[in-house]
Amino acid sequence: MNRQDLLMVGVGGQGIILASDILGEAALAAGYDVKKTDTLGMAQRGGSVVSHVRIANQVWSPLIKEGEVDILVAFEKLEAARWGYYLRPGGLAIVNNHAMPPLSVSLGTHQYPSDEEIDDILKRRTSRIYFADGTMRARELGDVRTLNMFMLGCVSPFVPIDVDIWKDCLSQRLPPNILQVNITAFDQGRKEASNVNLG
Amino acid sequence: MKKLLSGNEALALGAYHAGISVAAAYPGTPSTEILESIAQFDDVYAEWSTNEKVAMEVGLGAAYAGVRVLVSLKQVGLNVASDPFMAASITGIDGGMVVVCADDPGAHSTQNEQDNRHYAKLAKVPMLEPGDSQEAYDLMACAFDISEEFDTPVLVRTTTRISHSKSLVEVNRDRKAPAGEPTFKHDLQKYVMLPGHARLRRPLMEERLVKLADYAETFPHNKVVWGDTHLGVVTSGVAYQYAREVFPKASFLKLGMTYPLPQNLLRQFADKVDRVIVVEELDPFLEENIRAMGIKVTGKEFIPRVGELNSGIVEEAGRRAGLVTEPSLSQETELPQGLPGRPPLLCPGCPHTGMFFVLNTVGQRDKLLDSSGKAQKESKLIITGDIGCYTLATYPPLRAMDTTACMGASIGQALGMEKAGVGTKVIAVIGDSTFLHSGITGVVDGVYNKAQITIVILDNSTTAMTGHQDHPGTGVSAQGKKTKAVELERLVRGIGVDDVKVVDAFDMKALRAAVRSSLDSPELSVIIVRGMCSVRLRTRSGPRTVDVDKCDDCGICLKIGCPAIQKLNEQVYIDATLCAGDACTICQQLCPKHAIGPLSSIGAEESK
Repeated sequence: MNRQDLLMVGVGGQGIILASDILGEAALAAGYDVKKTDTLGMAQRGGSVVSHVRIANQVWSPLIKEGEVDILVAFEKLEAARWGYYLRPGGLAIVNNHAMPPLSVSLGTHQYPSDEEIDDILKRRTSRIYFADGTMRARELGDVRTLNMFMLGCVSPFVPIDVDIWKDCLSQRLPPNILQVNITAFDQGRKEASNVNLG
Repeated sequence: MKKLLSGNEALALGAYHAGISVAAAYPGTPSTEILESIAQFDDVYAEWSTNEKVAMEVGLGAAYAGVRVLVSLKQVGLNVASDPFMAASITGIDGGMVVVCADDPGAHSTQNEQDNRHYAKLAKVPMLEPGDSQEAYDLMACAFDISEEFDTPVLVRTTTRISHSKSLVEVNRDRKAPAGEPTFKHDLQKYVMLPGHARLRRPLMEERLVKLADYAETFPHNKVVWGDTHLGVVTSGVAYQYAREVFPKASFLKLGMTYPLPQNLLRQFADKVDRVIVVEELDPFLEENIRAMGIKVTGKEFIPRVGELNSGIVEEAGRRAGLVTEPSLSQETELPQGLPGRPPLLCPGCPHTGMFFVLNTVGQRDKLLDSSGKAQKESKLIITGDIGCYTLATYPPLRAMDTTACMGASIGQALGMEKAGVGTKVIAVIGDSTFLHSGITGVVDGVYNKAQITIVILDNSTTAMTGHQDHPGTGVSAQGKKTKAVELERLVRGIGVDDVKVVDAFDMKALRAAVRSSLDSPELSVIIVRGMCSVRLRTRSGPRTVDVDKCDDCGICLKIGCPAIQKLNEQVYIDATLCAGDACTICQQLCPKHAIGPLSSIGAEESK
């Protein structure tokens, strides 16, 4: 493998840091060099969260350059649009089909972009765009917090890491009482993404 | 075995394996996780100190007692601790003393941007800078050895990108046994800095620097990586990673020790390459010190001195300097325009929200600024603010903060404004942890100098902004042990404040009454607003919902700035997964149409 640069973006509280931690640990277990860094802004919740994960035989910078991301994993649609320009031409965008309007939209000073606008922004970089119903699936599983493992499942077919390694890493990081539902979410994401034709 | 560790985890493990007995810190991003990691080891005494100055003094005491000690703090924390830090340099130590300072280039979570490498030069102490987690772990062992060999505190300077990035670490050491019984060796000339003693110690600091510069020549973490000799890059810290990526063919002198510098090594390196550049974040610290040796270098001519670097910025700089000729992928990048921002907000159920809503309305601050930022109307209140989650109340819709400078400044600033004679009532707002850190002396000043200000202490019983660390007011130690809590009411009353009110953070009527009463008070008044941080709620019950039949879309509930209350397609709704429910109910108390209630009683499904 040459290298795999992943950018995971979304809203504070969606479990992005844990997801990118597990991705990093899985890549380490698969024998790669890994660097991972988060940009969190100030507060615990509600703000944009961005996590860079770089996997290769040797990684230097922990930050991925603009325009060089291989896989953008967006937990929220507006954040997908905001960070889409980080994608390399022809990269892969996996987007949770879910809107969380920021306060400026609720207060009426800004408009939330339409699905077409979001799609257009991403299409400037790539035609390989996959909208996944992550929040809906997580709700169906009875725990919306499993969204992060569903999204990780969606990523998993595109990263050269064996499924057993993924499962090991999930077991190591998640408490036993919520492990099974999270593995179910992961499996479902993996299955759905595997069946999508992204060219 | 290799582990994926953050820089902070690696620093903590490195210090633990170096045999520390004591660690002291005050939480501050991006340094907080260092002490949090150390606190998990039972065979180290780890404490959250009241502030960084006290942490440094605790460290100094432990070092005088002959044990190895780690002090960790963020960039502005070293400002607070600079007095004992300078003292540590002149007295020297007995047991090894290492101070980790985590700088924040780019001001991700700090009120300023400063390059604390200057502190090493100012204090005349050696400085090490790791470039990844492996070096963070390895350099800790060197730092303690250097400290003891040269009788000096050692500064280990990290940055947000090192502290908060995870990379692989080969953990190849076990814990070194702490050396013998702690003892204090009485030595008045070394430890009592009367001017006469200080004058005797002063030349020793200069001699120490000369010896350290000699040591730096062969220090194993000052590494040369030979490549093409057309370009030689001198660099340190995370900038090394960016430079390796941007100049893959160049030769590198990667400095693990950035003060004092190895003059001969630098000269030899410069002699062997055609051109020498320095790639460093923030100030031209290395560049100026190397140029002062008479070595021809450039760097800040094309590399920005403001903000955090990354490979893209270094590549652009290299292009300006004629060192990079390949076209950039990011040049084609078209930034999306007009997308709504997503700034951080106070959380749903935040115990600060109610008080800020009251300050907003009582102070008529809603009309303070129009969208162009121009004042439309005079506010009835000046609100001096402080450092914490609550600083976010500056943003609309709460707009309830006029100043934020540094830890504890709100109280002194309020006093200064009042004494300067502003006609408007001044309220200082400060959190519990910040108050204990450096607000107390401001209250003493206010009592002594007969201030007429109001001080609001937002007491959520934790240091929330940095991730919920305990502090002297919580009754729990850094290592999770029960201890004696400092009571805020008794503290401020003891200082001499007579008008002290304690109010429930979620009782809107009581909050408003307390503010009105304090504004009418002719003396210094303190309002302690008490409520648990919502992030620490273990169970949530009774999420609220909007009864769409009763709602007349007045928008008051949106003005508290709660992230759970959202409006999409002309309908206000409450995200039940975010709402703190029974623990909060602020929106329900404010709704004039009684359109907000528990989901179960209204029976409506979440409307989105």
